[in-house]
Amino acid sequence: MPSTDELRQRIEAAIPDSTAEVQDLTGGGDHFRATVIAPSFAGLSRIEQHRTVYAVFGAEIGGPIHALSLETRAE
Amino acid sequence: MSENPVRDAIQDAIKDHEVILFMKGTPERPMCGFSARTAAALEALGTEYAAVDILPDPRIRQELSAISNWPTIPQLFVRGELVGGCDIVTEMYESGELAQTLGVEQPADVPAPADGAPLQIDNRL
Repeated sequence: MPSTDELRQRIEAAIPDSTAEVQDLTGGGDHFRATVIAPSFAGLSRIEQHRTVYAVFGAEIGGPIHALSLETRAE
Repeated sequence: MSENPVRDAIQDAIKDHEVILFMKGTPERPMCGFSARTAAALEALGTEYAAVDILPDPRIRQELSAISNWPTIPQLFVRGELVGGCDIVTEMYESGELAQTLGVEQPADVPAPADGAPLQIDNRL
């Protein structure tokens, strides 16, 4: 079962200079919300920003990570 | 007939409906809070939309995500383009961008932006 800390570290490791905050919405370890700020998001649409974060987890989204709600911005 | 009728049917549905929401359950009986919230935003704007329940056949979700390059449900398409899932649609609803995208009037009583809890809209189950 992924932890909020594990998710945060994986996002920050995969997206250069990003900072992430991750909450477990239900306490069940499968519904998360993440706020991700990364300079590389500048110029990307919201869809592209969210895709970048979802790509960190690949097929785990919808699997062990049942839901990952996102808020993304460049700064 | 191509080798992938499910994918063809999804692509046709996206092409044939100006506004189409792929969700878990139906607008009347949503089966997931995120789907409920997204349908509620469309309902609040009074826009006409088509809704597809992805639950009856797992291939629908699989093919939809392959087409859209988007891993989660719900997914809202307007004029053939993916607008987003629950988070983006909710953000756009609150900012008035969704009304603009759909070409409808923003109602006067849009609630203040949510504080991060994604399931607070009554899901009408």
